[in-house]
Amino acid sequence: MSAPAVGAASAATIPEAPRSLWSDALATLRHNRAAMTAAIILGLLVLLVVFGPLLSDFRYDKPNWDEIAAPPLTQGHLFGTDSLGRDLYTRTLMGGRMSLLVGLVSTLVSLIIGIAWGATAGFLGGRVDRVMMRIVDLLYALPFMFLVILLMVLFGRNILLIFVAIGAINWLDMARIVRGQTLGLKQREFIEAARVSGVKPGRIIAKHIVPNLLGVVVIYVTLTIPQVILVESFLSFLGLGVQEPMTSWGVMVSDGALEMETAPWMLLFPALFLAITLFCFNYLGDGLRDALDPRDRSGR
Amino acid sequence: MLRLILRRLLESIPTLLVLIAVTFFMMRMAPGGPFDSEKRLPAEVETNLRAAYHLDEPLYQQFGRYLWNLAQGDFGPSFQYRDRTVTELIASGFPVSLQLGGLAILIALLIGVTLGSLAALRQNRPADYATMAVAMTGISVPNFVLAPLLVLVFAIYLGWLPAGGLGEGDGGGWRNLVLPVFTLALTQVAYIARLTRGSMIEVLRSNYIRTARAQGLSTATILFRHALKPALVPVVSYLGPATAGLITGSVVIETIFGLPGLGRYFVNGALNRDYTLVLGIVVFYGALIIAFNFLVDLLYGWLDPRSRE
Repeated sequence: MSAPAVGAASAATIPEAPRSLWSDALATLRHNRAAMTAAIILGLLVLLVVFGPLLSDFRYDKPNWDEIAAPPLTQGHLFGTDSLGRDLYTRTLMGGRMSLLVGLVSTLVSLIIGIAWGATAGFLGGRVDRVMMRIVDLLYALPFMFLVILLMVLFGRNILLIFVAIGAINWLDMARIVRGQTLGLKQREFIEAARVSGVKPGRIIAKHIVPNLLGVVVIYVTLTIPQVILVESFLSFLGLGVQEPMTSWGVMVSDGALEMETAPWMLLFPALFLAITLFCFNYLGDGLRDALDPRDRSGR
Repeated sequence: MLRLILRRLLESIPTLLVLIAVTFFMMRMAPGGPFDSEKRLPAEVETNLRAAYHLDEPLYQQFGRYLWNLAQGDFGPSFQYRDRTVTELIASGFPVSLQLGGLAILIALLIGVTLGSLAALRQNRPADYATMAVAMTGISVPNFVLAPLLVLVFAIYLGWLPAGGLGEGDGGGWRNLVLPVFTLALTQVAYIARLTRGSMIEVLRSNYIRTARAQGLSTATILFRHALKPALVPVVSYLGPATAGLITGSVVIETIFGLPGLGRYFVNGALNRDYTLVLGIVVFYGALIIAFNFLVDLLYGWLDPRSRE
């Protein structure tokens, strides 16, 4: 009661200082407990994954034939060991590094392609737009996972290829969303002003359109990262992704599933980390969408 | 109607051609071939084999031959399963995958729409939050994590259900399908529940629903007679991606549960460089997805008259 009301409801009666889209969004987000919790857990997880292996007493790739498949909390192994006697805690964190790295880099790849494609199609419009979006439609109809599986099988299990291949399948959604936004932005006065004053289309797209797409892009980045992590684990699960001795959560789940009758912890720990990460990204993405997408605010 | 079908058929041809070309040339450009093995074949045998499968011809000629045969419904011989054709393999694997995927999508629709509608009716109340948390879990736990966990609990610890295989005899068949179908359906249940909730909330807020309420109609009548159909529009448009997701998921599920479906043929075929089998499955699924998207568009037109031309 004593706390001042925050949000659009009070703005109608009391004139307040204008707030930017971002501070407004941040305020909304801060009130979304699920999203804030997710963000904090993610932050801790990133710290753990980055610094954890450095502080660990064990190396992720060093087998120990005397301690094969040790249960958790034995001989200093917090999570136990795997079937080669490697410390599962260190391996889980290393796997997390790989999974998060793939998530970030591949999302970046899909982001770059998607924004460039969508902004160009939306801004130029007309025939160019029709052709470009027709290509996107056409690609949508392809069974992409199958092509990625093929790509991985045929051209070796190269980490660089994983980044590009996964990024290349995820740009379609981004392109569609960005195009839709660009169509709206194009009508705005400041774009018109830029056009009248003779700024070239390429420069308008880069300087005026793309920066204004940031809000949508942020939402879809947080929602694309978990998808990408999922695809990577999926490939790794099939034995096509990250290769030994390097590991990822998908590899560990796949290894753990083989040993689950005798050593269930080998499955449970990486599965738990993977699920928590995806869970947090999804919740954060949802929260951001609520905060940044004004269309969804009607109910509150 | 007939014209529409004809137009869509014509439109799908370039898509399929691109798909065939990409897959075909990707496979041929890759190192390794179907006759690589631990023991090298004698040179003459290999030459003869290559000639028998027309692998010694220039690439464009092989591609033309493939298209020509495909147009007549012939997917060619399999390299891996020496005495079977790809058409036979697809015919034997597809019913398994279809049963798996079909059941999964039915269950997903049934549970997903029910949960989503209930959550919408109880918006921002505990039941809503609980349902959405469960849905988020469904989205966040990948099926290849869920599958081994379910096997661990229901097949190994409790011993209620078989861990894999197709099963034979009385009642054996369906029990073998429970775990794979459920695992495959769960992700889609989650997505469909979220979509239904979102659109149902919007529909329930609209004026004609308010009018119906004012006239004193019961919640059930409002829901089933008036709200459900428009609320299903986004769910229907999600059916396309859902099918693609099911097909991808079936690759993992069939591998984990040892079901002889197309997904498993595909993975094995890719690993063994079975050019024709892999190409056949990709083309088959590509055509299936296109056909399915068309059906979805028709359904869309029925649900939402505004989208008709």
